[in-house]
Amino acid sequence: MLSATERKPAPPTDAALMAHLLRRAGFGATRDQLDRYLKDGYEATVEALLNPPHSEPADQDLVDRYFIATVEARSPGHAVPHWAWRLATSEHPLEEKIALFWHGLLAVGGIKLDHGLEMLREIDLFRRHGLGPFRTLLVEISRDPGMMYWLDNQNSHKTAPNENYGRELLELFSMGIDRTGAGAYTEADVKAAARAFTGWAAKPTMPPFFLGPFDMEFIFDPADHDDGEKTFLGRTGNFNGDDIIDIIVEQDATARFVARRLYLFFVSDTPDEAEVERLAGVFRSSGGEIRAILRAIFLSDHFKSEALRFRKVKSPAELVWGVVRTVDRYRIPELDVCDLPAYSTYMGQMLLNPPSVEGWHEGEEWVDSGALIERVNFAVNELGRTDSPGVRRMIDSVKTSGRRLSPTALVDRCLDAMGALAVSERTRAILIDHAGRNGSLDTTSEEADDRVVELLQAIVATPDFQYC
Amino acid sequence: MVAAKGNGHRRTTRPKNLVVIQLSGGNDYLNTVVPYNDGRYYDYRPVMGLKGESVLPLDDRVGFNAEMRPIKRMFDQGKVAVVMGVGYPEPNRSHFRSMDIWHTAEPSASSAEGWLGKTTKVLDPEGANPVTAVNFGRGLPRALAYPGVSVASVGQLEAYGFLTGIAGAAKRDALLDVMARIYQPSGEQGWVSERLLGTGQGALRGADILQEAPAKYKSTVEYPADNAIAQSLKGIAQVLTARVGTRIFYANHGSFDTHTNELVNHARLWRELSIALDSFWQDLEEHDAADDTVIMMFSEFGRRIADNGSGTDHGSGGVSFLIGNAVKGGLYGEYPGLAPAEQLDGDVRFNTDFRQVYASVLEQLLDVEATAVLKSQFEQLQMAR
Repeated sequence: MLSATERKPAPPTDAALMAHLLRRAGFGATRDQLDRYLKDGYEATVEALLNPPHSEPADQDLVDRYFIATVEARSPGHAVPHWAWRLATSEHPLEEKIALFWHGLLAVGGIKLDHGLEMLREIDLFRRHGLGPFRTLLVEISRDPGMMYWLDNQNSHKTAPNENYGRELLELFSMGIDRTGAGAYTEADVKAAARAFTGWAAKPTMPPFFLGPFDMEFIFDPADHDDGEKTFLGRTGNFNGDDIIDIIVEQDATARFVARRLYLFFVSDTPDEAEVERLAGVFRSSGGEIRAILRAIFLSDHFKSEALRFRKVKSPAELVWGVVRTVDRYRIPELDVCDLPAYSTYMGQMLLNPPSVEGWHEGEEWVDSGALIERVNFAVNELGRTDSPGVRRMIDSVKTSGRRLSPTALVDRCLDAMGALAVSERTRAILIDHAGRNGSLDTTSEEADDRVVELLQAIVATPDFQYC
Repeated sequence: MVAAKGNGHRRTTRPKNLVVIQLSGGNDYLNTVVPYNDGRYYDYRPVMGLKGESVLPLDDRVGFNAEMRPIKRMFDQGKVAVVMGVGYPEPNRSHFRSMDIWHTAEPSASSAEGWLGKTTKVLDPEGANPVTAVNFGRGLPRALAYPGVSVASVGQLEAYGFLTGIAGAAKRDALLDVMARIYQPSGEQGWVSERLLGTGQGALRGADILQEAPAKYKSTVEYPADNAIAQSLKGIAQVLTARVGTRIFYANHGSFDTHTNELVNHARLWRELSIALDSFWQDLEEHDAADDTVIMMFSEFGRRIADNGSGTDHGSGGVSFLIGNAVKGGLYGEYPGLAPAEQLDGDVRFNTDFRQVYASVLEQLLDVEATAVLKSQFEQLQMAR
């Protein structure tokens, strides 16, 4: 067995904290990327992550040429490689992460919308507005033709309002309900909201090219809008949809709901009520600015504490694109980028197609036995590709860290090379024991590459690696 | 083994194993069970109408597609129940949504809970057997999804399990050995939950069990190699005859989305399926497992009554099948009328709710109380012998 000093894991480092930030605010970082972030420092990195430039990536032309079907995409299946590439290569990981967050919260299912172009536009809407004021985001999504169609606002008329959008806006998008199904609003509020959104709809437009898919755009039809007096959450007036959103974002319930969902997505699968309350306070004081809440999360001692590292089960998207970014596989949009969404689907998350308006069931529910096999096999296979530049760098960095590595040093060097990764003490001990079967490693020997790769593969097969 | 015995449902003989075959894409009911004596059928299907030798009459009104000869033989032996006009209120003609509805048994709201996942939970509440339900295919169909229920999803039985991409048995075994140790619950596993470790243990055990099945399996039956559903059913036969406690099997066949060139494609799909079923049933008989097994086949919807010149578009009312020695064969329900007044927006109108079929399977064949799985009571069809 290991001696007491050997069992003791390395003390937490700045690199480990930076890796924690990048796993949560993005999809992890390679060891080299971490070094660059560390040069800027933690706070500057948080600011840079929170303020992506919103410009079209320089490689967009290349992506369009490689993934021709993603241009004016017909179906979500045609569209998704476009996002797969951005997820794999974006230099603004929080922009993609926040899009993933809202994609699961303001969920529009491809099963009904079945419109690739519109789904991609929605993801872009989340990139553009996902970090800004919550009010703007709700105003924009309420003018999103895909959302209007998905939640039947299409069929909501002055004379016969359809309550679907009004209800989900309150229940799933902003104020929420508690475990008993009760909300801080009544059925009458749902009806009033539905009336305020009458006349907001989507209409088909001409295809962008011959035999192309029919596109859609938002329309407001004043003749079909109920302009009468409504009472909503205690206020009375001739409200339209924007007025309803104004009132919603003032509600305490909304501040708490948004704070809780951000906490669950970015911090931990188990909510800390005091912290959620503090973040709700930031929502109120910042005018509901998501960026301000995330800043308050990432800069808090609570977030930085070791007790919160690896406390979230990785979603399939986090696992797939986290691994792909770690191994740094892609230089150009190779065709097998298009396979990545399929792996995520096998693991239970089909991008551009949340299972329902509730989004995905997250946390521990991500991992059933079939999904675990897919997760482990995907990660193990990727780490086994020694032609991937990221894997090559990991091997080289371990080999150049010493002429002869003890099993303990070998395990710790591998974990560090994977991006200042950690595993629990017990897992580490088993890995060291396993590495010790063949004694210490002569890093100049012929077997060195194989032994390093085998250990990298063992690390991604651990239960610890399922968490971020 | 069987828990949650309810009151008021008829306990039959030994509970059966259920093999569900999903006909994905919308199987054309009218060209599967053909109303060959109804002139309207030919009026609506000038191109796609099947006649003469293309139909195997079951009675003086309807007949099977001629590609279904092996199924017809089983029908004549009284083993095939055909459920006519099956569907649900306010039909949805989207593949995905309609399939979701069949998977969750929940037509009015989105749900992430599958009816067979829930059934698995009832059959094995503690998750004692990691292979109580086995899906043949990659990724879990929502029918089998349920919180806390682990279902093995097998692409290829021989290649199933962890680390199958690693070349070299020694390397793979060494890594599997590490995994077996790391996934062992110990009370000091750091941030990893008991639940996740249990899932890992279940997956490792399940993979061991399933990988052994092909080695134990011997049969004189040959399944055609170039027939995907036959290969899935062969895998099912291997697991079923290994008798490892699997109660629910799931396989997928398709695509039945025959908007174009239907005469060729629909015929091919049923030919493949019939041959596969024929092999499978012989195999079960050879292994003395035919009495314990029931097959259910369904599709998310039927197709339009009128053809479009080369195929048919998405419709609603469809047909489901139950097959087995334990099944009371015959035609269940009325063939929906084709007269314009009896149609539903150009489709045949459903007259049997699909949840009636589920309720019948659950109570009469699996010995599971239907209301433990379905949200309300549904009138059952007496489909068990």
